Amino acid sequence: MDHFKLTKNNRPVALKDVPEFSMTEFRPAVISMCETGKRVIGFFGVDAGPSRTRLYAALADDDASSILLSSCLLEAGGSYRSFTQDATMFHIFERELFEAFGITPAGHPWLKPVRYPAEGKAENMDAYPFFASTGSEMHEVSVGPVHAGIIEPGHFRFQCAGEKVQHLEIQLGYQHRGVEPLLERAGAEGPHIAESVCGDTVVGHASAYASLFESLSGADAPRRAHVIRAIALELERAAMHTAGLSAMAGDIAYLVGSAVFGANRTKIINASLRLCGSRFGRGLVRPGGVLFDIDAATAKEIKDSVNEAYDRIREMAEQMFGAASVLSRLQQTGVVAKQDAVKIGLTGFAARASGIAIDAREDHPSGAYINFPVRKQVLESGDCFARAYLRYMEIGQSIRLINDMCDNLPQGNIMAEEPSPSGNVICASVVEGWRGGIVYIGITDENGMMKKIKVKDPSFNNWYGLALAVRNNGISDFPLCNKSFDLSYCGNDL
Amino acid sequence: MSNIIEIRMRQGRQFIPDVKKAVVNGAFRGLPEINGRAGDDFTADSVCPTGAITREPLSLDLGKCVFCGDCQRACKNNEIKFTNFHRMSVDSPDKLKVTAAGSAEAFEKEGVKCRSEIKRIFGRSMKLRQVSAGGCNGCEMELNAALNVNFDMPRFGIDFTASPRHADGLVITGPLTKNMAFAIEETYRAMPGPKIIIAVGSCAISGGIFAGSKALDREFFSAHKVDLFVPGCPPHPLTFINGILSVLGR
Repeated sequence: MDHFKLTKNNRPVALKDVPEFSMTEFRPAVISMCETGKRVIGFFGVDAGPSRTRLYAALADDDASSILLSSCLLEAGGSYRSFTQDATMFHIFERELFEAFGITPAGHPWLKPVRYPAEGKAENMDAYPFFASTGSEMHEVSVGPVHAGIIEPGHFRFQCAGEKVQHLEIQLGYQHRGVEPLLERAGAEGPHIAESVCGDTVVGHASAYASLFESLSGADAPRRAHVIRAIALELERAAMHTAGLSAMAGDIAYLVGSAVFGANRTKIINASLRLCGSRFGRGLVRPGGVLFDIDAATAKEIKDSVNEAYDRIREMAEQMFGAASVLSRLQQTGVVAKQDAVKIGLTGFAARASGIAIDAREDHPSGAYINFPVRKQVLESGDCFARAYLRYMEIGQSIRLINDMCDNLPQGNIMAEEPSPSGNVICASVVEGWRGGIVYIGITDENGMMKKIKVKDPSFNNWYGLALAVRNNGISDFPLCNKSFDLSYCGNDL
Repeated sequence: MSNIIEIRMRQGRQFIPDVKKAVVNGAFRGLPEINGRAGDDFTADSVCPTGAITREPLSLDLGKCVFCGDCQRACKNNEIKFTNFHRMSVDSPDKLKVTAAGSAEAFEKEGVKCRSEIKRIFGRSMKLRQVSAGGCNGCEMELNAALNVNFDMPRFGIDFTASPRHADGLVITGPLTKNMAFAIEETYRAMPGPKIIIAVGSCAISGGIFAGSKALDREFFSAHKVDLFVPGCPPHPLTFINGILSVLGR
């Protein structure tokens, strides 16, 4: 532990207290932590003077509810021995670092750029070939970036033997909008950008952004505001899980399920509309608190709406998950074994469906989750069934939380003074969005201006989980596997 | 099986019978109402995250607006006030500016003029191809919702296709990232003529909250004319459905 500064979710640390090492000390220290169950939640560079980069590592210790910070100084354009060789979960973080700073993790197994950023320093992704395999039975299927449905763009390259997928390479980056530099430069429009990082997780990202600002300022939002944020976050979780069940039901041609879940998602997002004027929770969360209060009438409308929806969702889900024809499509399809899930650093409900007990609401509680504790729910089988059924279980949990929170709203204001960050501090803010842990890490300069905002959507970790899940499955099950993870393209591409 | 029928019956009738008359919850931020002019104590333009507000005369650009309501909170004399009026699609960029003149109904009436050639060719069947070019999945989810059992857009013969070869119109969401510039042009080229273009959401119409990013390439909109603008962040499914129905003269 000597190599790390220990902190917690939303607890700022003076930059000078984050230890700095040479790579010869930094690398084994970080890797030994990962070997004892810590997860990497941040691994990124910050410009540190002419042609030098300070590389930060943030690790989550879920059992101890703590976050470990350390750093290392690197020469620009330099090279070091890849962490991925010893700790697979670094694979995507190192690709990102390579792309952004041109620093080479030597011996990385697949050092392809992540998202062709406008401001990137590595070579163009076009110059980097797709993984290919040969053999008389082998054929290649190429999908995207534009897909057949109304979804975001991404490219999938399958290597198949007959109908069986041997390997899937997922190439993203098409959605890259340069979110991080925009957030770093932003003034009052910052929260609006955070709401649009990933438009199906508006409340999750906006809450992480707001908490980061509050924490960097040593301030906090009023308790009532925290509970209203959590109500909106649970509405978002319940709505998106219901949408996911609807889409999965559609993918297995269980059309009554698709229709019923779809219609009841409408009731849940209309509760968000009632709360803040947006079906996606836009315009609610701001640094310092929230902009809309919940009075008794609103609380009743929200509860009535979600309880009615849940009654319908429950009877449909019980029917669906009891049908042999449904189970035969979901069970043992798209399996990610626990050991693989741990290795690649899977997060969120996909991790919990593979037997990994992590949920930031319980492990790193902040805001309302301190007073409204959540017990994480875990399944073991790691297949499409587990991911679908766990989402159903989490809908029920969210509905209970929404009822509980609406009934027990603390008194008081909903907005504190606008936070103003201190100088030379670093802080990590983690929010368990419906997909998993959303991490915002902020670093300020000596004047309290944002020097770095690092955003990590859970999709960044989990896309590789999908690639593993489809191996040895029929290629026709890809849409089902894809929907069972329900990942974000723009959350990955930023 | 009998259980499924019971579940189905308990769902009752979910679809909205008349999408033109449908009213969205009063909390919804739709078409803004502009009252009077920007006086000395008017500061709402400085809080707008996308610079959508102009002072002389006081107007709000629906193509830039992200409907956050920050301006309304900054108005001391009710100069800008969002209403829940959702039928706010327009057919040309100059109509995106909302001023103090006219009612919501007048805005809608002027907003989209049915073009006889579009009505003649696509009036009874309109197939659309959707491309997200940096869309955050907000607009995409609302377009998907337009197809669900509540809004049921396919009942009008308006639907999304899986291939550009079958499409009459291209629906674009997102601010147009550099990395999608090639794919969006190719998709448009792959569609047989005649064809229309629909820009959905403030990102597509103006770049929205991402307008200042270096990672965008909006050349496509310089090269091709947009036939329908659907404002919102994201637009309500009813804004989209009513906009297309108006283009088709229905």
